[in-house]
Amino acid sequence: MIDVPSIADLNLTVTFPAVFLALFTMVVLIVDLFIPKDRKIRTAHLTLGGLVVAFVWNVLVFDSNQTALGGMYIADSFSGFINFIALTAAIITCFLSVDYLKRTGIEQGEFYSLLLFSTAGVMFMGAASDLIVVFIALEILSIPLYVMAAMRYRDAKSEESGLKYFILGAFASAFFLYGAALVYGATGTTSLPEIFASVEGIVATDSGARLYLVLGAALIFVGLGFKVAVVPFHMWTPDVYEGAPTPVTAFMSVAAKAGGFAALLRLMVIALPELTANIGDTIAIWQTTIAIVAAATMILGNFVAIVQTNVKRMLAYSSIAHAGYILMGVAAVGTIGVAEEATRAALIYMLAYTFTNLGAFAVVMALEKDDGSGTQIADFKGLSRSRPLLAVMMAFFMLSLTGVPTTAGFIGKFLLFGAALEAGLVLLTIIGVLTSVVSAYYYVRIIVNMYLEDGEGDPAEGATQYLNYATYAAFAGTLIIGLFPFLAVNLLDTMMIAGLF
Amino acid sequence: MENLAQIAPLIILFPAIGAFINFFWGAKMGEGASAMVGTVASGSSFLVALGLLAYLTGNGFNPAVINPPLLDSWIRIDSVGLDISWQTRVDTLSVSMTLFVTFVGTLIHIYAAGYMHGDPRFSRFFAYLNMFLAFMLILVMGNNLLMMFVGWEGVGLCSYLLISFWWDKPGGEGIANSNAGRKAFIANRVGDFGVLIAIFLSFWAFGTLDYYKPNEIPNPQVSAAHLEEETDSSRVFYSFADEDVEMSQLGMFGQVARYVRIDEAASVSLDNARTILNQARGTGDEQLIAQAEALLETTRAEADANRPQFNIGPATFGIGTLLTLITLFMLLGVTGKSAQIPLFVWLPDAMAGPTPVSALIHAATMVTAGVYMMVRSNIMFHHAELTSIIVALIGATTALVAGFIAIGQFDIKRVLAYSTISQLGFMVAAVGLGAYVAAMFHMITHAFFKALLFLGSGSVIHGMEHGHHHVHLHDADHPEAVTHDSHDDDGFDPQDMRYMGGLREKMPVTYWTYLFGTIALAGIWPFAGFWSKDEILLDAWYVGFEKGLFQGFIVLGLLFAAAAFTAFYMWRQIEMVFHGKPRHEAAEHASESSRSMTIPLVILAFFALFVGFINIPSGIGFPFTFGLEGVLGVHLLGDFLEYSIFAEAFNLLTFNALIAIPALAVGIGGILAARSVYGGGKAIDASGQDPLQADPNTALVWNVAYARMYWDEIYFALIINPYIRIADFLYEVVDWGFLHDYFHDSVLIRGYRSMGDLLARPFDLGIIDGAVNGLGWLAGRIGGGLRLTQTGYVRTYAVALLLGVVAVIILMLLPLI
Repeated sequence: MIDVPSIADLNLTVTFPAVFLALFTMVVLIVDLFIPKDRKIRTAHLTLGGLVVAFVWNVLVFDSNQTALGGMYIADSFSGFINFIALTAAIITCFLSVDYLKRTGIEQGEFYSLLLFSTAGVMFMGAASDLIVVFIALEILSIPLYVMAAMRYRDAKSEESGLKYFILGAFASAFFLYGAALVYGATGTTSLPEIFASVEGIVATDSGARLYLVLGAALIFVGLGFKVAVVPFHMWTPDVYEGAPTPVTAFMSVAAKAGGFAALLRLMVIALPELTANIGDTIAIWQTTIAIVAAATMILGNFVAIVQTNVKRMLAYSSIAHAGYILMGVAAVGTIGVAEEATRAALIYMLAYTFTNLGAFAVVMALEKDDGSGTQIADFKGLSRSRPLLAVMMAFFMLSLTGVPTTAGFIGKFLLFGAALEAGLVLLTIIGVLTSVVSAYYYVRIIVNMYLEDGEGDPAEGATQYLNYATYAAFAGTLIIGLFPFLAVNLLDTMMIAGLF
Repeated sequence: MENLAQIAPLIILFPAIGAFINFFWGAKMGEGASAMVGTVASGSSFLVALGLLAYLTGNGFNPAVINPPLLDSWIRIDSVGLDISWQTRVDTLSVSMTLFVTFVGTLIHIYAAGYMHGDPRFSRFFAYLNMFLAFMLILVMGNNLLMMFVGWEGVGLCSYLLISFWWDKPGGEGIANSNAGRKAFIANRVGDFGVLIAIFLSFWAFGTLDYYKPNEIPNPQVSAAHLEEETDSSRVFYSFADEDVEMSQLGMFGQVARYVRIDEAASVSLDNARTILNQARGTGDEQLIAQAEALLETTRAEADANRPQFNIGPATFGIGTLLTLITLFMLLGVTGKSAQIPLFVWLPDAMAGPTPVSALIHAATMVTAGVYMMVRSNIMFHHAELTSIIVALIGATTALVAGFIAIGQFDIKRVLAYSTISQLGFMVAAVGLGAYVAAMFHMITHAFFKALLFLGSGSVIHGMEHGHHHVHLHDADHPEAVTHDSHDDDGFDPQDMRYMGGLREKMPVTYWTYLFGTIALAGIWPFAGFWSKDEILLDAWYVGFEKGLFQGFIVLGLLFAAAAFTAFYMWRQIEMVFHGKPRHEAAEHASESSRSMTIPLVILAFFALFVGFINIPSGIGFPFTFGLEGVLGVHLLGDFLEYSIFAEAFNLLTFNALIAIPALAVGIGGILAARSVYGGGKAIDASGQDPLQADPNTALVWNVAYARMYWDEIYFALIINPYIRIADFLYEVVDWGFLHDYFHDSVLIRGYRSMGDLLARPFDLGIIDGAVNGLGWLAGRIGGGLRLTQTGYVRTYAVALLLGVVAVIILMLLPLI
């Protein structure tokens, strides 16, 4: 007999932030049809309104610790925090986009619907408690991004970027689905808590199911690893980041990454933390692999970033490197007992990175010309004289990306390295620290260009009012987390009360 | 009602938001919106304060400690047990402070909207005012000394910003303004040093800076009645009196009370043993004497072991010495912030700020912070007898000295400034006498009538400027746009009382309200000042005659004299400003100020009349109180504050006509004396002199007051000039002559150069440079090499992805093999 759940059982209240946003997307899509071409700013305002509603609601249901939609959706501290990151990123991206879209001639109402869709995808990904939901969320997240990447269709680079992203993304999705199928084959369920329940038996019996489970985990990791751009699934990143309209790149680099890592952390923390080689081991089977991938990602991302001359490309590689750092936190989850600390570190790192990277992109957009030029590192020469405030903020973002104290980046790195050490990943931590030093080389180069090099100084005409709002918001976020880390930690702790662990 | 206290953080948040809005968008919003934001922010805080009052009355006056969300831990170092929170404390003391701070603050905001009209930095002014209010409320609402210090420094900063608000005035005036701001800041720095040391000492000794822990109450006796009514038994009230409670569970004040109790117990047992010994000696029995001596020895050893000892560096103190030290350092802070001798010199200069600032910060609120701190720490001052004596004497002396100087001033605001110092002296003296309620009472009444007087003086200045402009710019196109560029080329000063006179007809509202303020300040029944000043005098009488302590007599005498001066200089002001005939064309053409300015005056005048009835003493009845004690009750404020003051430090006195009648007589006498000297149109004689100056009998004394008793000159001669000379010497001789010219050039540069030459050639260029260049080259090569894999072809990427998948699978499966 089929058990039909009632509406009350669905427990829609706690899913509201994500569900509302998904529904609101339709509203925006339809309302936009009636907004004249030259007043698309109203669509932006409408979008912002929806995001703010979702944001407020998210604050209200922050730590409700309930499951919804028949157990497929968990509204807990973790998803609350991911929602926080996703909505912050979306709001800032919205501000970034308004004037940029107009001056580059690609102002279309669909952009905002797509942005909302993608944001909803990220939020579902953070709250998914079932592999099927993870997959659907992954697609909700990705497909709008393919379109948005190609939005500047008059520019061949943009078109190429969208197509490349799409083809490779489809490829990666297939791997994810294959992995999910294998996990289902091994455990007989797609629900994450139920997978967790069956892992112990599978490990104990040493049956063939274990092989499938490990294979499945590997392929799921590939699928999500593609989304968050870790080596060796990162190849698409620089091309796509460079070609896509810059606000899209900014959004992709933080929100898509947050979604991917959210699902990865969920999977590793909830479903597979005890997938060990032998009963009684304290280290999960997948830890070494993820640690190696993390190391490779940090090394490659940072070293290749050094030789880039285009800032967008440089930030693309830098984002690969940062994915490596966050992956370090995922690897640390694999040591039993460190999961909570490592998850917290990874989440705070993501929040810090969200603010910092969006800020950096905002400054890049301020310098970017209407035709997409003006994003060379040399274009930053003398910025401290033409736009001192902008230069100060950019310098601050760069220092935060490097991880200098008093910035958000430092707090993130500090917590992450601490968690990794706790998990016994000493070598990985050393690599992390050393590559951070390497990263200073290219981040500081921007500061040197702005302050020490002679140059006219770009007038930064792209720094319009809305863009400035975004920059200030990102700057404030970076500064606040850097100076008052307890705010973020308390936020997370409030949310994590008995939620995940 | 239980949860109403949760709104406490909002009281700080509202003005903070107001300041934020005005900082960033104020300039765009225009004057109306800007003033609205500031006033609404301040008014909202007042509403929150009312809510907190409702909470207290609804919950048996039991205090609440509120942790704002997300900010519950500000500085936390677990290893040393340091945990300082952004806790706000809702108790009768903090609420009575917030009520008058926010109420007077709101009125001053409204007033400032009119007064600052046309100023180019209008919104900035409101941002500062709101910022000040936020800091003041942090100071008052904090539950630990460090939060109080944050507020303390914050209001100091705002005060500095506002005193030098007109730093860009033409001529030398702008520089004088910013110098006044600097003077205030520096004088306060000296005091802040004391507060800091007091905080360090407190933390060192008590291990906490919290006043009280959340469930603790200072005065269990008065709360006992309410405790029985308390149905919610989950609330635990423990305190210093309960032996089961660990010392570390107590806040610093509870610990003080407990330590003193232990110390006294040790003294008592020692005294008992001594008595026994004496009795034994009386009997002459050798054996008994030996026993008693042995008993004394063991008791002494026990007492020494029991007495609390505090190690500060190499020194060891008992609790009494420790409290004396802490309170003395606090007193230094008080003399700075509350403008007492010796650090009061900044306050008269602070009148360079716009008048609403003088009213809000330098009369009604900020300067009371020092008194608030002392009342807050009542248990410490109560047990530090030496400090209390010093406090009482400093306060009373300041009251007299400032009152005397005020007689010789011509600047309308400067008179009020010295008057403020003098009244603060009354409050400080009250604290020194242990009359904490009287100090708070006078603080509250003073806030109302001094704000009224300052705002009135602002109105007068405004009217004078108006008249001046009217005379000089006959095109009355923008009569409203009086920007406070007061000093014109003709040397006219709108604040100088010598130019005024006869303003009574021109500015009737200002005149009547000013008169109310004057009578209240002079302490004439039934105005507010009568009640509060009388209570301080009563306490002085009590300490002197009942307790027989010498400071009581001295303070009583000094304060009586100060009260006489108060009435005298205030009536002198009335005569000079409002009575007689106009002495200048500006006064001739002065006109009443706008509604926005006069309405706050009227409201404040109402309170100057009635606010004294919030603390009617017992022992005085119907005709003198208008029967209001039946409505408000006797000792309303005293009973209210009792919940925040330690039982042993608390006393309320009954009305004593033997004090009240002489006090009233002194006030009326002062007014009559001033009237006889200045009244009848001879406030300023023909040569532009004060009648007292012109009279050879009084000229000598008056000139000393006129020269402000040479305080500034003495400071210059004793401290500032030697300081500058030392600085000059260090700069010219030590730094330039020796360090730069000789040491730097001859020793450092030459030595360094030869070292550098040695290192550069063989070492650096050869080895280090090679290595560094090599590393850079290597990093570049690695990056470049990896970049080559980035071909741009999707097929390459797909293959790479596939290879990656294979690699990941192999890696994953490795542990299984």
